[in-house]
Amino acid sequence: MSAAPAAGAAKKVLAKGNEAICHGAVAAGCRFYYGYPITPQNDIPEWMSAHLPALGGSFLQAESEVATINMILGTSSTGNRVMTSSSGPGISLMQEGLSFMVGSQLPAVIVNISRSGPGLGGIAPSQGDYFQATKVAGHGDAHLIVLAPHSVQEMYSLTMLAFDLADKYRNPAMILGDAIVGQMKEPYDPVPYVSPGLPEKTWALTGCKGRASRHVKSMFLTDGAIETHNWKLQDKFREIRRAEVRSEAYMTDGARVGIVAFGTAARVSKTAIQWARKEGIAVGMLRPITLFPFPEKEVRAFAEQVDAILVVEMNTGQMVEDVYRSTTRHDRIHFFGKPCAIPTPDEIFERIRGLAGGKR
Amino acid sequence: MKAAQKTIFSKKVFDRPATLKDARFHYCPGCHHGTIHRIIAECIDRMELRENSVGVAPVGCAVLLYDYMDLDIVEAPHGRAPAIATGIKRALPDRFVFTYQGDGDLASIGMAEIVHAANRGENLSVVFVNNTTYGMTGGQMAPTTLLGQKTSTSPYGRDFRSEGYPIRMAELLAGLEGVAYSTRVTVSSPAHIRKAKEAVRTAFEMQLQGKGFSIVEVLSTCPTNWGMKPLDAQKRVLGEMVEYFPLGVFKERKQADFE
Repeated sequence: MSAAPAAGAAKKVLAKGNEAICHGAVAAGCRFYYGYPITPQNDIPEWMSAHLPALGGSFLQAESEVATINMILGTSSTGNRVMTSSSGPGISLMQEGLSFMVGSQLPAVIVNISRSGPGLGGIAPSQGDYFQATKVAGHGDAHLIVLAPHSVQEMYSLTMLAFDLADKYRNPAMILGDAIVGQMKEPYDPVPYVSPGLPEKTWALTGCKGRASRHVKSMFLTDGAIETHNWKLQDKFREIRRAEVRSEAYMTDGARVGIVAFGTAARVSKTAIQWARKEGIAVGMLRPITLFPFPEKEVRAFAEQVDAILVVEMNTGQMVEDVYRSTTRHDRIHFFGKPCAIPTPDEIFERIRGLAGGKR
Repeated sequence: MKAAQKTIFSKKVFDRPATLKDARFHYCPGCHHGTIHRIIAECIDRMELRENSVGVAPVGCAVLLYDYMDLDIVEAPHGRAPAIATGIKRALPDRFVFTYQGDGDLASIGMAEIVHAANRGENLSVVFVNNTTYGMTGGQMAPTTLLGQKTSTSPYGRDFRSEGYPIRMAELLAGLEGVAYSTRVTVSSPAHIRKAKEAVRTAFEMQLQGKGFSIVEVLSTCPTNWGMKPLDAQKRVLGEMVEYFPLGVFKERKQADFE
């Protein structure tokens, strides 16, 4: 189990993706973790249980994911940075609390190292939780901020970013990964955490000494209050959509065939793109790093540039709906996905070759 | 002593506690929430905890706790208050943390959260209001509904053969190692109110002394959903309710586990 890199460490750190999430969380000042074991993310609670007490924090293995998310809600309401991690079925159980946190405007980081479903499904890596992560944080008009790392480096750095975005917008943020990006081990650069200078948490519950008492709540019963509150939340989501889109353009120069993929599917696609480029096929990728907000403008421009878009996902077609939504060039969009297995570079390469046709 | 202070009328003996806001309760006539709120507020005042407290509001009629108590308060989803209180207390171990919960909240949907918070010995206090029904949602059957009691979802009276038995939470929780204090009281007479206040104060003391989890179950009324006049409701509490839910202290830890 790798220790967290010392502040300002110059050397690269060899770690599993799940461990890098812990390193990033601790670097960003997270000292509270609650969770319930579920495969394939158990490295995270195990790491936190070993390291948080010495850092003056608190680790607690909760009795359920339902209790977990409410412990998160409680600690968040005190203004402290707090994180949990789970996988598909556990995230489903957390949705009640997640909706309450969105409604109560409470920040936290929720990690979903997702597995294949529906139901108990299997522990194979999957991206079948895309809809759940990006569309249905829980009941009501609720959204999470969703980040999708595709490397151990990003497991570290996007976790730090997730805490900042959560605090900046007072909204839960999710890291959406899978077993591959969680379990793979590779060196990463432990760039030191730099606070973006966030506003003081003037809403935090700490006891009302020397000030008026405060409430953290999601219920608004007086006439029109819940509508006002909902519009305020939607204004916030609109601002997130405007200001926080992140994506990577990979080998897009002169591309005639474009891939849109995130996380592990994007990582595998990069290999296929390298092979195809060696064969002279002009192919590149637009990789959404933020899934909410979705890089709509970038996808639209990409669809204008290329002749064909191949959306690659480890599911039966979810993000592809956002790609359709982002452009009117629907005839250009093709989908390749597998619900419970990783597409291989060969499979993606074959499809690129098919779409490239004569346009090499 | 100055002459003016000798007259009995110059001394204020009764006032609104600082912890209670100057607001009119929305509760129905004969409902005990107001009395129980006041007991908590008086204890918090007397123990000088107001500026050091974080409360957790429940679902049900008392969700508007923050409209009445001048404290930092967070609102909980159904049954999850003990988990939220756990998260608060872990982050702020030197603050006074309490939850206020009804029977549907604590003994039904939140059974797992209350049992595990109690079993962990979380150093927090719970005020548990048991009126044997779901008040806010319109008087449905609760886990504490008495056998034979008619509710909107047990219209023929609760039958143990199909609905099981009323749960005695104070006794159940007293059986857990992590619990420092578990008691059942009522507020159906002035003498009972005095005892209830002592119980709440003891429960709060337990937390201040770091002795662990404390719970005060308060048998209370719901005249509206019981279809009773307030005075008849008081009689029901002191009659059939006390018969099934005996008053008393079921556990009281003398020393903190970690001493």
